[in-house]
Amino acid sequence: MPQLDLAEVDHVALLSRLRLTDAEKTRFAGDLNVILEQFEILQQLDTDGVPPTAHAMVLTNVFREDAARPSLPRAEVLREAPEARDEFFVVPRVVEG
Amino acid sequence: MAELWELSARALRDAVASGDVSCREVADAHLGRIELLDGQVRAFVTLTTDEALAQADRWDQARAKGEALPPLAGVPIALKDNFCTRDIRTTCSSKILGNWRPPYDATVTTLVRESGALMVGKTNMDEFAMGSSTENSGLFVTANPWDLNRVPGGSSGGSAAAVAARMAPLSLGSDTGGSIRQPASLCGTVGVKPTYGRVSRYGLVAYASSLDQIGPFARTVEDAALLLNVISKHDPLDSTSAPLATPDYTTSLTGDIRGLRVGVPKEYFAEGIHDDVRAAVEAALEVFRQLGAIVEETTTPHVEYALASYYIIAPAEASSNLARYDGVRYGVRDFRADDVLSMYELTRDEGFGPEVKERIMLGTYALSAGYYDAYYEKALRVRTLVKQDLDRCWERFDVLLTPTSPEVAFRIGEKTNDPLAMKLSDICTIPINMAGTCAASVPCGFSNGLPIGLQIIGRPFEEATMLRAAHAYEQATNWHQRTADL
Repeated sequence: MPQLDLAEVDHVALLSRLRLTDAEKTRFAGDLNVILEQFEILQQLDTDGVPPTAHAMVLTNVFREDAARPSLPRAEVLREAPEARDEFFVVPRVVEG
Repeated sequence: MAELWELSARALRDAVASGDVSCREVADAHLGRIELLDGQVRAFVTLTTDEALAQADRWDQARAKGEALPPLAGVPIALKDNFCTRDIRTTCSSKILGNWRPPYDATVTTLVRESGALMVGKTNMDEFAMGSSTENSGLFVTANPWDLNRVPGGSSGGSAAAVAARMAPLSLGSDTGGSIRQPASLCGTVGVKPTYGRVSRYGLVAYASSLDQIGPFARTVEDAALLLNVISKHDPLDSTSAPLATPDYTTSLTGDIRGLRVGVPKEYFAEGIHDDVRAAVEAALEVFRQLGAIVEETTTPHVEYALASYYIIAPAEASSNLARYDGVRYGVRDFRADDVLSMYELTRDEGFGPEVKERIMLGTYALSAGYYDAYYEKALRVRTLVKQDLDRCWERFDVLLTPTSPEVAFRIGEKTNDPLAMKLSDICTIPINMAGTCAASVPCGFSNGLPIGLQIIGRPFEEATMLRAAHAYEQATNWHQRTADL
């Protein structure tokens, strides 16, 4: 199994949307490698033909009536936002240029 | 005469219903005890004194008018701080939520309020439920009432400590890999993880959605059963909620377990189990035999793989569930960022604690292109094997008995530098979450004054049998009568 190097840590941090400090990157690389080593024992196990279980209880497509219901009161939701204006959550620029 | 805070939930409920005591007196007694002790224990993040007193008055007035009272009227309860409580600060013990007040109640919060129980506060936890000691709280560390230098377990450490210190006779926690049962074991209380789907997760802040389940802490099995009755309801707002009616769990507490088929899976007794824990659990097996149960060794060979598999699945699900904490809609935001990506990255790096970041990283890695099959999909296949082991047991046994935790409460700070040591606390509890079935922890002894827990595993949706076994054992022993010296 490939072990994490710092370049890989950078890649995973980007996917995770985390701006790690250099100290964090080093520590995480170390800790994650220790943990990943433990996962090696799973490779010993023959799981050919064993279906994956994503969910222990077997329920399929639980639907409700396609009828509109009251939503959360907008004002209460926006009250808790870090920044809001009118009906919007305000965020920094998303689109370049 | 006993203090009100010494009484069980059942006794308090009965005393209120008969008019011997008012809800207000009960509330005052417990709020007073919280004020006296929580400086040392630090179980609570937020006290909801006004809410508790308002509800107390509401039910006292109802009784004065001759109205029928709901089943837990007047009984104080604490809720883990990952339960949404409308307009009441909910932190998940994380800095990233800041002073966020949910605009809605979790279904369980609503059920608790309608039951008449008096919510006294929100309890401390490992951040976003990730941990086994409550030391990962982004706020502060909770102490174990049996020894204030030791951990209460986690992630529901605050809820366990509140009950163990008799600050409330009931509390609720959540269990993803053992986070109710392990703290119950370390704090000498009853803790129950119901079958996945038995209790609604709507409004429970998600950690790992296929594993999370809400459940009770109490000092007796009967009290836990009373609370389970309240929270075990099908919920159309949670599409993983089982479409089943709720039994009255108190009717199964007959004390009779003659002929009960008890399996003892030998893999849970491997090396790594503390000698005193092993001895206490073996003594418990003897009690079961004396009560007429048929106790037999059995095997669940894939237990040793469950821990690794869990530490791929749970972080993978968490990496997805925690993506929502991005500084946009709730909680804190790093306002220095002038573009969206920076806002996400800075907010999350500052707002999340190290364990949460590490698990997000681990989960993201396990799901990423090139690694998904080797890690995540592999772990899901192993999960099938773990579940099949338990399914095979249910052909021959009604319940299984194991230790809850391999050890008793460890010292604060003892395991925080070792990324593996802390995780080993959950080796006995994790397989049950993976399989989705139910399990309870009940006190079964002490080691140098520190509680030991017995885990009783039940067949999916047969909490009634599991509780019957737990209650019979409890009533044949005195462990539940010992209380922490606070």
